[in-house]
Amino acid sequence: MTNVAVVGTGHSKFGSRTDVTLQELAWEAVKQALEEANVEQKNVKYFSVGNVGTWSAEPLPAIVVGEYCNLNPSGTMRVEAACASGSAALRDAYLAVKSGEVDIAMAVGVEQMHQSPNPTVVEMIGRAGNYFWEFENFGLTFPGYYALYATAYMSKYGMKEEDLGKVAIKAHHYGALNPYAHFQKEITMEEYLKSRPVAWPLKLLDSSPITDGAAAVVLASEEMARKLTDSPVWIEAQGVASGTANLSRRTDFTSIEAARIAAEQVYRRAGINMDSPWKQIDVADVHDCFTIAEIVAYEDLRFAKRGEGMLLAREEQTYVGGRIPVNVDGGLKAKGHPIGATGVSMAVSLTRQLLYRAPHKSMQADIKNGRALAHNVGGTGHYAYVTLFSTRRPGT
Amino acid sequence: MISEVRESKQKEIQILLKQLDGLVQIKGLPIFPEPKTGNPLWADVRELDLRYQIPVKKVTRFFDELGKGKIMATKCVKCNTIYFPPQDDCPKCRVSGLEWVELPVEGELITYTIISVKPPSFSHYPDYVVGIADLGEVNVTAWVQGPKEKLKVGAKVRLEVVKREPEGYLTYSLRLL
Repeated sequence: MTNVAVVGTGHSKFGSRTDVTLQELAWEAVKQALEEANVEQKNVKYFSVGNVGTWSAEPLPAIVVGEYCNLNPSGTMRVEAACASGSAALRDAYLAVKSGEVDIAMAVGVEQMHQSPNPTVVEMIGRAGNYFWEFENFGLTFPGYYALYATAYMSKYGMKEEDLGKVAIKAHHYGALNPYAHFQKEITMEEYLKSRPVAWPLKLLDSSPITDGAAAVVLASEEMARKLTDSPVWIEAQGVASGTANLSRRTDFTSIEAARIAAEQVYRRAGINMDSPWKQIDVADVHDCFTIAEIVAYEDLRFAKRGEGMLLAREEQTYVGGRIPVNVDGGLKAKGHPIGATGVSMAVSLTRQLLYRAPHKSMQADIKNGRALAHNVGGTGHYAYVTLFSTRRPGT
Repeated sequence: MISEVRESKQKEIQILLKQLDGLVQIKGLPIFPEPKTGNPLWADVRELDLRYQIPVKKVTRFFDELGKGKIMATKCVKCNTIYFPPQDDCPKCRVSGLEWVELPVEGELITYTIISVKPPSFSHYPDYVVGIADLGEVNVTAWVQGPKEKLKVGAKVRLEVVKREPEGYLTYSLRLL
């Protein structure tokens, strides 16, 4: 098996992208990634497409994207892991290269949620979990699922609304600096506290928006990466896990077990100290679909002890310059969350961070260890993907 | 009644379709400018209605017992695992035909939320509380009913069979004690 490197990245502007179709949106990212990697489509021997769809018209997005981007006749598939579909697409392309079957592959993530009215999207996401036993009768929504975690966390650890507000304010602070972000505007605590409830205790400003966007990365084997670039970013390790479909089959609503398991796999594979992994990682993107999810992620990734994630937020330890910068690209909350694109977007943001190519100097983390971590959760801990990127060749 | 709920939904759709017809008559194309950006959008002329038919044969007993006021789970006689939602297969022991047992009715609320922004198929209900209760060996997700002042993590609840109105079908909910 070979080492695998990211050798090209592409990212569309995120937002309400009703100016383009799904495939036109994907092309924006694919074109950028091909140009950055300096490879021709015919050399991309496999491509995966992360897309959840249903709100957009095309039922075979991988095929439609492949044709539009001139990636035919290379093999492909559409990959679904809910909100972690992008990381699942990354994994699929990563394994294709790692196994030695192809030397160049591409992972594309694309989602166009504005092809349907917002209420339809609310319905579709709410159905993701266990449809028959938890949606059909009880009408949970995506914020509703995470609100169950927020209520339990607040009750157990005494977290305050303002702690969640801190997470939202940080996301918007960095979103305002990121030219790719959906929301490019700072918010205040007052605005946060006044925003309307969507699923108590979560408010509108706790929530990531309904977003359109695309991201793409070109992956290459070690041998090929050496020919293509002198600054490869390696995928050092990846961990994956799953959780129950029914939330009622879980016992702890203050932590996401699948994410903890995926993180432990990564730390073990990369030889990262489990007690203080943040000392060996320079920057992280975590799955902040809702503010509570970011606080839980701090703990699941062991950046803070159980029950102390809220303190990292309160003490602003996850800004650039803090214990560990988290979501300094604006995160899902402000950059936006085009479901199937998010995981690939994290890979793009973190690759650029490691190469000192953050889009704004105030977003750039200090790279001392050469390592960045992506935490991408699908559903409410139904899927978890944790990926470690490194400027150092794995095994050295 | 399910048909009443549907009729009110259909009325909203009818208004939108009339506007679409008008548009096609004027322009000869179903293209309209998005209000915010002016981006031209094609309004799909094909419609898809989704209403699934979900097999319940292996758990029919659950629905039969709901009619008698009982809420049932299944139990594997080999490993004693209790399954709720009920299922007829124990994947751990790889046996089928599990035993049916009545769920304990009293428990404690582990967590809850109040849904204000609802899915369209739930838009005809007032804001509802969804909670998860610990009934001892299993947890149950359901609507939580009763006075708001009693709503808190750790609150005592009773699981009961209820009729969901206006559709008029049997389901279960958690009542605050």
